Amino acid sequence: MTAAALSTSIHVALWQVGAALALVALAAAISYWRRADLERDIAVATVRSIVQLTLVGYAIKLIFEADTIWLVLALLSAMVLFGAITARHRAERVPRSFWPLLIALAAAGASTLGLVVALGIFEPTPRYLVPVGGMVIGNAMTASAVALNRLGDEVADSRARIEATLALGATASEAAMPIVRRALRSGMITLVDSTKTTGLIFFPGTMVGMLLAGANPTDAVRLQLILLYALLGSVSIAALIATGLAYRNFFTPAQQLLEMEAEAPA
Amino acid sequence: MLFELREVGLTRGDRAVLDSVSAEVPVGATAIVGPSGAGKSTLLRLLNRLADPDSGEVLYRDRPLPEYDPLALRRRVSLVPQLPALLEGTVESNLRYAAGLAGRELDTPRSLRLAGLGPEFAGRDAKRLSVGEQQRAMLGRALAQEPEVLLLDEPTSALDHAARDAIEAALAELRRELEISIVLVSHDPEQARRLADWVVRLEQGRVVDAGPLERVLA
Repeated sequence: MTAAALSTSIHVALWQVGAALALVALAAAISYWRRADLERDIAVATVRSIVQLTLVGYAIKLIFEADTIWLVLALLSAMVLFGAITARHRAERVPRSFWPLLIALAAAGASTLGLVVALGIFEPTPRYLVPVGGMVIGNAMTASAVALNRLGDEVADSRARIEATLALGATASEAAMPIVRRALRSGMITLVDSTKTTGLIFFPGTMVGMLLAGANPTDAVRLQLILLYALLGSVSIAALIATGLAYRNFFTPAQQLLEMEAEAPA
Repeated sequence: MLFELREVGLTRGDRAVLDSVSAEVPVGATAIVGPSGAGKSTLLRLLNRLADPDSGEVLYRDRPLPEYDPLALRRRVSLVPQLPALLEGTVESNLRYAAGLAGRELDTPRSLRLAGLGPEFAGRDAKRLSVGEQQRAMLGRALAQEPEVLLLDEPTSALDHAARDAIEAALAELRRELEISIVLVSHDPEQARRLADWVVRLEQGRVVDAGPLERVLA
């Protein structure tokens, strides 16, 4: 895919963004009306989205202009770091979950981006690596957070079975295998399901963005397919590594299941 | 001596679950008795290193437990927990899994018979068994490993009288047929009387008496 094929642009005025806030007001009104108690969260989310996206917009502009791979790597590394910190809070029942998450996100990002570049799908330039990397790491974060959240719940619910299996002389890995499998599956299933229904029930974001920007629908579909497949690869790698490393933190070197009260997030 | 506990202590939070426990467990059948919360199950878990004490030491056949590989130890000293927790699949697949871990050839009918189950149970789905049948399948699974010692944590506490009698009969038969030692946790002194010949009595994490059945439960 060449840069020229994607070089479409539209201008969005600030008043248009402001007008879209009417829908945020609607969301807040619904929350207030039905006492969902989310008004404050909606306000925080809106402010954060404006600040974060504006900052990242400037950062991307700088990175595009500088056109150096080091700035791209710095940005993606920061995304991996913040992704791991965010995901850790959703995996509170998993002891010391930060390192498994950090390694999972870094590996998912590096291998997926490396592969799409090696296969010649994208050029190794900031214009491709930044947006694709952001999507890959973001989805990998969600998948590994879901997987570790499930892992924590599964270990809590299956303590008796895990200990009964350890009591037979099984290793921690053997005793945890069924729950690690279920956790991995739960991390991957959302994207697999949404890939199944893509185009039927919803239009994915990239395609919508390209169509709005005036791109040829064929190009929009092709690019979307590439991204969906890249995301499938990255969430699988992230969920695999996160669960494969994190389950070990529930066990001692003597293959004993840790007491729950001894657990604490890293 | 089969097991020896020397000044074993274990605390959870602020509570001393085991407080300077010293006791000997000889070859044969030993019952650990006492009221609930006395630390019986915790003590049993120390014997095959599902947990380690905070202080003191536990010896198996005169060697401290940490000198054994924990996995190899658990295949020789098999623990059957209080509540059944079979793996998904048939009874036979559970037996096969356990035998495989211990590197034993599985003799399904024999393992089932020793646990007081008929051969028809081999193909039964573990999820569809009654609690009593599951408990016997757990026993059969442990026996498929041909262990030297069987640790039983309240093996009949969740069962009705008929199921309890079936398990006890299986255990009595087991002792006649195999050279296996049993360490049984029970809150019921009568069960200890029926199954054991040595008794360790715990109260509030301390050993209050230990010795031959006839003396301790006289």
